[in-house]
Amino acid sequence: MSVGATSTGLSERFAVSAGRRRRDRIARGAILAATLLALVPLALIVYYLLKKGLGSWSGSFFTTDPTGNTFFKSSSIGGIKSAILGTLEIVALASAISIPIGIGVAIWLVEYGRESWFAHSVRFFVDVLTGVPSIVFGLFVYIVLIVGTGSTYAGYKGSIALGLLMLPIVIRSGEVILLLVPNGLRESALALGAPRWKVIFRIVLPTALPGMVTGVLLAVARAAGETAPLLFTAAATLKTNFNLGEFMNSLPVQIYKDVTSPTQSVVNRAWGAALTLVLLILLLNLIARLVSRRSRLA
Amino acid sequence: MTINGPDPQVAEPNPETQPEASPEPAASRPAAIVAQQRRSERAVVTSQARSVRLEGLRAFYGDAEQVKGVDLDFRANEVTAIIGPSGCGKSTMVRCINRMHEEIPGARAEGRVLLDDVDIYDPGIDVVAVRRAIGMVFQKPNPFPTMSIFDNVAAGLRLTSKRGDLQGRVEAALRGAGLWEEVSGRLSEPGAGLSGGQQQRLCIARSLAVEPEVILMDEPCSALDPIATLKIEELIDELKQRVTIVIVTHNMQQAARVADRTAFMLSGKLVEVGPTSDIFTKPSDPRTEEYVTGKFG
Repeated sequence: MSVGATSTGLSERFAVSAGRRRRDRIARGAILAATLLALVPLALIVYYLLKKGLGSWSGSFFTTDPTGNTFFKSSSIGGIKSAILGTLEIVALASAISIPIGIGVAIWLVEYGRESWFAHSVRFFVDVLTGVPSIVFGLFVYIVLIVGTGSTYAGYKGSIALGLLMLPIVIRSGEVILLLVPNGLRESALALGAPRWKVIFRIVLPTALPGMVTGVLLAVARAAGETAPLLFTAAATLKTNFNLGEFMNSLPVQIYKDVTSPTQSVVNRAWGAALTLVLLILLLNLIARLVSRRSRLA
Repeated sequence: MTINGPDPQVAEPNPETQPEASPEPAASRPAAIVAQQRRSERAVVTSQARSVRLEGLRAFYGDAEQVKGVDLDFRANEVTAIIGPSGCGKSTMVRCINRMHEEIPGARAEGRVLLDDVDIYDPGIDVVAVRRAIGMVFQKPNPFPTMSIFDNVAAGLRLTSKRGDLQGRVEAALRGAGLWEEVSGRLSEPGAGLSGGQQQRLCIARSLAVEPEVILMDEPCSALDPIATLKIEELIDELKQRVTIVIVTHNMQQAARVADRTAFMLSGKLVEVGPTSDIFTKPSDPRTEEYVTGKFG
């Protein structure tokens, strides 16, 4: 970094002072330390998940339901088949509820509501909804659909709780992506004499699609990992169940129940289920990344 | 692929910088035959140009009045250029002609815009139909990023439910925009992969496909290099046989080259309008003279 030695005056004028060099080094060091510090718990979580989770994995772990016989030897406690399938079913229904509504709201906000007072209040309440703790959604569904109707737990009630949780995420991410679609595209389509609904369906949505898919998958991943909304809506059960009108098991709830068990083998099953859940969510995130890489926006 | 990212045209050789690349140089054939052939190529597109008359047009953004009462005639089959300093309201005025102005939240217009004898601001008028009759080419070339070259041109037809002979109409529109020779072999490639000048001609083709009677151009060459600009200007000269053209431009040489008549605007008002040569050589208003001689603006 030495400036030409011949012109000593200039090289002094443009030299970096020792004090600045030192401050630079300290600041860089501090930022790097913060980054490394943040990585420690992440690395430990992955380490423990793999260490403890892989130990309980086996062929029958994925293909058998939990038996409920938790006080006998470890081979008789069963696997997590009903939890995996239950999570997939509940989340699928939750997605079917929240994605069409959420994208509809996002389209309305961006294409029609725009700067109107109603659009602004919708945005405000969506933001509030984003900050609502997930257990509140569970409570809400519990009070309305279980206490309110005098009925009992069911898979679809869990789906509604998760759907409510996903809704603000889908709306917000959808809105952000739709706003990224250059206004020039809408204008040039409108200037061709296209009706607005065709501009939205043929120009805006196809352009925004990869980004939308990413946002939606992140909402799905978030919902798949939630325990609280399911605890007193879908409850827990042992058997694999394809009827969303009945009790339904799920991965987060199974982990919650297993980890509080006094039997070591059952606690180990919780680790195996946790690893499964994390991999499931990782898979969703990977798909989201792959799709967004094909994005034509940003 | 990003829209705002590095332009793909930078990496590859720009086809527009090699005008002699076309297989058969037009200059080697008698001009009359060329003209005749060109006309026959365009026979497929049959729209009739119409005149446009502005009567007391005022345009607002919220409470701010941007166009302050303009009366102006755009004659059929003529190119009218609008010149004036930045912010004088020329783009806003042009956007009022196909009712695109009102797409901006809070924007509205008053007064009358007559297409021949129909007031397009009449309450009974379908704004979608107005925009089919009065096409628009924007400052920044903006082909639909999800679509191929073919689909970009066909989009105008599909979006407006004009089906019929899609293939033929797309070819006619691309020929009309002077782009057919350059893209006929790669119609299925993305429109965003073309150079800036080609993209702008693609946008013109897209507008032409709907067979408008008037085309509004809002600084169509401001993002293009001089050679691409020249091609657009040649195109404008040919297009006026079929459509009435209104072109907003910052470039006075461009106005002088392409326009039959030129209008000069200042602070939302029309200062004067007349034959282009008069505006540039013997303007009647001193402010016009100051502007065209470069004393301000």
